[in-house]
Amino acid sequence: MARLQLTGITKRYGDFKATDDVSLDIADGEFLVLLGPSGCGKTTTLRIIAGFIEPTSGRVLLDERDITALPPWKRNAGLVFQSYALFPHMTVAENIAFGLEMRKMPKADMAPKITEALRLVRLDHLSDRLPRQLSGGQQQRVALARALVFRPDVLLLDEPLSNLDAKLRQDVRVEIRELQRKLGLTTVMVTHDQEEALTMADRLVVMSEGRIRQIGSQQDLYERPAEKFVADFVGRSTFIGGRMDGPGRFVSVGGLVVACEGTGSGSASLALRPERLALTSAAAPAMDNSFPGAVEFISYLGSQVDLHVRLSPLERVIVQIQNRPEQPLPVIGEQVHIGWSKSTGRVFQA
Amino acid sequence: MALRAAAGVSLAYILLPMLFVIWLAFFAQEIPSFPPEGYSLKWFRAIPGNDRFVTGFLLSLQVAVVSTSIGLAIGVPAAVCLVRGRFTGREAVNNLLLLPLIVPGIVLGIALYVFHVETEIATGWPILGSLGGLVAGHVLIAIPWTVRLITASLVGMDRAVEEAAQSLGADRLITFRRITLPAILPGIVAASLFGFIASFGNLEMSLFLVGPGRTTLPIAILQYLEWKIDPTIAAVSVLQILFIGGAMLLTDRFVNIGRVV
Repeated sequence: MARLQLTGITKRYGDFKATDDVSLDIADGEFLVLLGPSGCGKTTTLRIIAGFIEPTSGRVLLDERDITALPPWKRNAGLVFQSYALFPHMTVAENIAFGLEMRKMPKADMAPKITEALRLVRLDHLSDRLPRQLSGGQQQRVALARALVFRPDVLLLDEPLSNLDAKLRQDVRVEIRELQRKLGLTTVMVTHDQEEALTMADRLVVMSEGRIRQIGSQQDLYERPAEKFVADFVGRSTFIGGRMDGPGRFVSVGGLVVACEGTGSGSASLALRPERLALTSAAAPAMDNSFPGAVEFISYLGSQVDLHVRLSPLERVIVQIQNRPEQPLPVIGEQVHIGWSKSTGRVFQA
Repeated sequence: MALRAAAGVSLAYILLPMLFVIWLAFFAQEIPSFPPEGYSLKWFRAIPGNDRFVTGFLLSLQVAVVSTSIGLAIGVPAAVCLVRGRFTGREAVNNLLLLPLIVPGIVLGIALYVFHVETEIATGWPILGSLGGLVAGHVLIAIPWTVRLITASLVGMDRAVEEAAQSLGADRLITFRRITLPAILPGIVAASLFGFIASFGNLEMSLFLVGPGRTTLPIAILQYLEWKIDPTIAAVSVLQILFIGGAMLLTDRFVNIGRVV
């Protein structure tokens, strides 16, 4: 349990920067998620924290102690891998005992710790099995128990759920999160799955091309994305290209004049969240923006329906509506009106 | 169906000479001719009395065991470096270690012979025809097998397993001993077996390296054949086949060779 800090971490491979000036301050007991597409530097950052990669510059501090040069075996970090990485020739109990053995714990003291760790992940009945005799979900929990049993200072999770099937993933998410909270473990998780990131994190870090794009809570990232990349990666956005034509006035390439809250001038793009757009049958002058359009495509998703609506020859937006029995769904080709308030559209200067 | 037939023909092609040798070993008459005049075990009974075969077998066994062990001592670290290391010339070193498999045995034998002669002249050390010289040559035959097979099992191993051990507090040495070594054990066993077989059966290279009174089993067989063609040779071959086959079966009990090779 500890505070973990990264200051100006850069890792170069020749001209390529895998991470570029990454700085993080992770509070004691915080669950931080590094989110980004593959190749964004999130895994490199995690491996630098674990000690498998030495950064070209920058420092890693654990409770203000510089551990940048320490090898992984001296860091006291619990690591859970995407592939679980259980020791195939050892039983579940032996796998979990390994970390305690390395800490020279007497055998007699080990037994209750192992039992406790197994109970924590609800696998007490499987201690004598070999990893290959377990299901994916069970292996994942053994890996977690193995990483927790020696009371690590930090818990590092490298895409821990991506090998599980969708249903199990939802349960394990909650399980890991509750366990982490119960033990008060400072945790860093890497994932490319935004839903996973949003459900588990205290705070999220969005990365791309080796750089941190935004750090913040779920609401920060969703409601106030700092840049176009974040607006695109977290949640869904439809982007309309155009330019700012005076304060609060955006003109799209296709000629739509949109009221918005942006300032500045020059070329820009307007991001619209599909669920924040309203479908009206007639023009709605009460709204800041209201445009007529034709429905071109419909995705029926059960509880929701996505409508792809053409607003101008060059612009099409996605509108997500709730599927309610009292509201008949439009059909393809139908003329509708789409409206939104000026606070809905976010403007990103190009 | 055609595939099965092809497999059957290939299998017969491989097994037929061996079956023929085994059959021949039980012929009663001294000059092999068909049909056999009768069957007998006398050729087998004669083997223990033949000093050349007995000492040849013991020498071959000794050389094979020692050179395979040395081959492993070189091959295991070499394979680890080749798979885990990132250094320039890695590919070159890899090819170099596999070279003895590609160079014909005769060429290897002649080259080593000349090398031994020159070294003995230069240093005065009695290398030519010595046991050490013979073992050194056989180490060369064992190395490609150890390097190849252990490399293969290291490549097939999940790197994250080693990293997991390190994150749990094991340094590199402990990780290798506790995690890597058990994982590549099947590869090591297979490597020992193949190194052993390659050394035990080697004739061409050994011809140039043996000294007076120091004859390996394959050479003893060849020398016997120069004077006689009675079924003794067939009987010795049967014992050799049984010996190596036994070693393979024994190994297979511990590791599934088919999975490694």
